[in-house]
Amino acid sequence: MRLEAKGISFRYQKKQPWILKDLSLSIESGERLCIFAPSGYGKTTLGLLLAGYLMPEQGSILLSGKPLPKKGICPVQMIHQHPERAINPRWRLKKVLEESGKIEEGTLEAFGIETAWLDRFPRELSGGELQRFCVARALASGAEFLVCDEISTMLDVITQAQIWELLLSESEKRKRGLIIITHNRNLAKRVGTRLLDLTENQ
Amino acid sequence: MEQQPLLKVEDLSVTFRMYDGALAQKDLSVITDLSLTVYPGEIVAVAGSSGSGKSLLASAVLGLLPGNAVTGGKMYYRGELLTSEKQKALRGKEIALVPQSVSFLDPLMKVGPQADGAKKPLPTKRRKSIFQRLGLPEKTEKLYPFALSGGMARRVLVSTALISDADLMIADEPTPGMTLNQALEALTIFREMANEGKGILLITHDIDLAFAFADRIAVFYAGTTLEIASAKDFQNGPDTLRHPYSKALWQALPQNGFVPLKGFQPYAGHLPQGCLFAPRCPYKKERCERETPSMREMRGGEVRCFYAT
Repeated sequence: MRLEAKGISFRYQKKQPWILKDLSLSIESGERLCIFAPSGYGKTTLGLLLAGYLMPEQGSILLSGKPLPKKGICPVQMIHQHPERAINPRWRLKKVLEESGKIEEGTLEAFGIETAWLDRFPRELSGGELQRFCVARALASGAEFLVCDEISTMLDVITQAQIWELLLSESEKRKRGLIIITHNRNLAKRVGTRLLDLTENQ
Repeated sequence: MEQQPLLKVEDLSVTFRMYDGALAQKDLSVITDLSLTVYPGEIVAVAGSSGSGKSLLASAVLGLLPGNAVTGGKMYYRGELLTSEKQKALRGKEIALVPQSVSFLDPLMKVGPQADGAKKPLPTKRRKSIFQRLGLPEKTEKLYPFALSGGMARRVLVSTALISDADLMIADEPTPGMTLNQALEALTIFREMANEGKGILLITHDIDLAFAFADRIAVFYAGTTLEIASAKDFQNGPDTLRHPYSKALWQALPQNGFVPLKGFQPYAGHLPQGCLFAPRCPYKKERCERETPSMREMRGGEVRCFYAT
């Protein structure tokens, strides 16, 4: 399966400067594409476009040649930088995890989630622990591609390595494609199969 | 003659008193048994697990903890005991803080005057040169905080502390949101300050930067220090490090092994008996689960472990 951005341009309002201009990229299932650019360059905007949260003003985003479906769970899911802001604070974590369907057997072990956490509220867990739920929820939704927007920037390095270890092994097992947004070149070299520097695009 | 430390923290503990049910109160201990010194001319980095109490240390030194916090232990500034009156008199003048959150800026005040602070005569010239070095365009001084990007706001916070010309600077996560070059420039300025005889306590989870710029690194875990060692020991890798947690941190870096240590940092209120790191320690022995090790000197550094060599 292939996810493509074809000549997309985007700005938040008419008359404002373009944030992305005539950008194209494509990624196949099983690939891990790392996207680089300085801060303020529109990396997160690109992620939001690919995951269908925003629509490009020009150009198109295609999954296997077709536009992203308007209904149902989007086959491109995004994992955000701040897990505590991506989770409903008033849901127990069991509900958070079940948001993308029934919890499959083996999920908890695979993502290092302890059973006792399921009855807790998000504020009772640390960022690294919450991020596991976000990763598990995104993968369990059956999404073909995941956009990982600085998912380990706020975590300490041991937690970072923990999250990536499980994300890499689980996405490989399911042949998912990852679009990885990071500013850490060492991390990108370690987890990516292909690097894309947006500054070289123009 | 031994140099007098700029800041000396001795057996600091911080406990939050909270309601547990309608009338019962309980104490939640978040920092225990923490000791640390900063000498003039030195950058001491505080690194470690998220949620290990790094930012609380900054608040404790400045006396900015909320009312339900109880502190124990002693802190000294230039040999004098830091009382709450003393903290009030020193902060902003001799001890400056680079706060972690961008929300510390006054939203109703233009950035330029805000960075100048209450100092007389106005340090306008110094501010302009610091703004320039940190890559803030000249017009920034006329903007209100809402018009700044995250990285710009961060640089304004750093320049605010730099302008105050304090002798001790506590920088709580000063670099996120900055580009690599801006972060390097900010840390270069810190280095120059240290070379002038000032002291800097750099709280960060960006260990790469800490390795490159600090003189000594204190590794925090679950509210206390596990190891304090020279930055060189960290650059050299696990063989020169002492504590198993510091070694694990080094090995978890993407450029080293990217090896994740299993397990989680214990929560305040659910701290294990004995050594705080024992539940995750690959080398633990029976004694580690019974007794709490204290910091001891080893090979020019300090370590909190019975069996480190």
